[in-house]
Amino acid sequence: MNFVADQFLAIVLLINIVILGTRRIDIAIRAISIQGIFIGLVPILMHNFSYHLLAMTLLVLAVKAIFIPWLLLRATRKVHFTEDVRPLFGYSGNIIACALTTVLAFAIATHLPLTTAHQGLLIVPVSLATILAGAINLGTRRKAIDQVVGYLLLENGIFLFGLLLTETMPLMVEAGALLDLIAGIFVMGIIINHINREFSSIDTSHMTALREPE
Amino acid sequence: MLLADFLIHLLLVAIMPPLLFGIINRTKALIAGRTGPPLLQTYYDLYRLLRKGTVFSKTTTWVFKAGPIVTLATLLIASLLIPLGNHHPPVSFNGDMILFAYLLALGRFFTTIAALDTGSCFEWMGSVREVSFSCLAEPVVFIVLLSLSRLSGSLSLSGLLTYSSAMLWMTSGAAMIMLVASLFFILLAENCRIPFDDPNTHLELTMIHEVMALDHSGPAYGMIIYGATLKLFILGAFFLHVALPLRISNGYLDWLFFMGSIILLSVVVGLVESCMARFRMTRVPQMLLSACVLSTFAMILVLR
Repeated sequence: MNFVADQFLAIVLLINIVILGTRRIDIAIRAISIQGIFIGLVPILMHNFSYHLLAMTLLVLAVKAIFIPWLLLRATRKVHFTEDVRPLFGYSGNIIACALTTVLAFAIATHLPLTTAHQGLLIVPVSLATILAGAINLGTRRKAIDQVVGYLLLENGIFLFGLLLTETMPLMVEAGALLDLIAGIFVMGIIINHINREFSSIDTSHMTALREPE
Repeated sequence: MLLADFLIHLLLVAIMPPLLFGIINRTKALIAGRTGPPLLQTYYDLYRLLRKGTVFSKTTTWVFKAGPIVTLATLLIASLLIPLGNHHPPVSFNGDMILFAYLLALGRFFTTIAALDTGSCFEWMGSVREVSFSCLAEPVVFIVLLSLSRLSGSLSLSGLLTYSSAMLWMTSGAAMIMLVASLFFILLAENCRIPFDDPNTHLELTMIHEVMALDHSGPAYGMIIYGATLKLFILGAFFLHVALPLRISNGYLDWLFFMGSIILLSVVVGLVESCMARFRMTRVPQMLLSACVLSTFAMILVLR
């Protein structure tokens, strides 16, 4: 089933570009939810069936594809913002950066000392590319909610990398990681609300100014 | 190759393209709840235009008259190079993929200089947009051709396009997904469809392709319309090789399958046009850049 997993991973790469290039937050959130579905389905395609794997897949799908996107969409509806804050290097800059880091990820992945079972897989380069895409989104976006999406992208990349160890990783560890993720999103949601109330905008670049906004 | 296949190829190239526009418009009309123009409307338009006289502005030179003719001629030659479905094209040799890409570029060049020849500032604007967008679209075509050539180990258009099959989707599906995505962008952008350009817009300021044909009339304008449909047909055939490479290996069934799939493609284009608004002009380069990035990813995956 590895070829299906490869196609899923290709779609994950495509979604990275969508998230980095879009200027609408609802599209970014829906994209990250779809990415969650594809990432969640990869382990069940790669490894032999076991109940442990099934439980993990269901848990990941519930959290990444449904619960967190629902939370974020709710937050965007509550905090009304329509301003278009350009990322640091513009949208095209983001896309080019995404392309460069993906090339870099593929270059690095061929040099990593992986076990022979993992060498031909797309998982390592795609996970590195997704982590880097998340880092770019976190670093260049200026709206807090976009940065949350970047954080989720980063987490998706880390999850993919963790798949190499799925068979040895206990369910508790996965569940703990997901719980951390949810807690992180909650905290960020509260912070977004506070930023919005304080500055009547969720552009985080206001936070570096010493004077109060006039 | 068989004489029958050769004749069917020529017949399809000559007759089928205007039908695609009819199908796209019909799909859009049905989605919008209208009856819409008849399926054969483009044929009627062409017939009407061919009977009309032509008016040439006094400021134009022979370049203006040559524009539509050269564009149509290059597209017709390109149509001889592209395999339709599982059949070999009438003309095929090693490296004809470069010729194919440059024939399209030559056609575009003549469209733009014919537009510039009128001295109208609207047409100038359209030419500038067309050329700057195609700067971003052309690399994608080349990268796609390179990746396919690497996959198939062939250097001729017919070899590298007919190589792709359902098996290829199994073995290198990841790369194929990206190729399909980037090619679909290019298909829409090169044929001036929504979301890149609106073929039915009535405002010169927002036009890209249509504005370059404003001063043409009569048979010359008919050639431009026929050329536009032919371009959709050619690039559609190209796209289908990557997106839907089902090979039945029975000559006549393959022709039927090809016609069915290109009609399906027109319906899909019509659906995309019905459910999307056109991009703001500044976003078009960004989308083309994304297509570029996608095709580069595909090439990385293929080279890996």
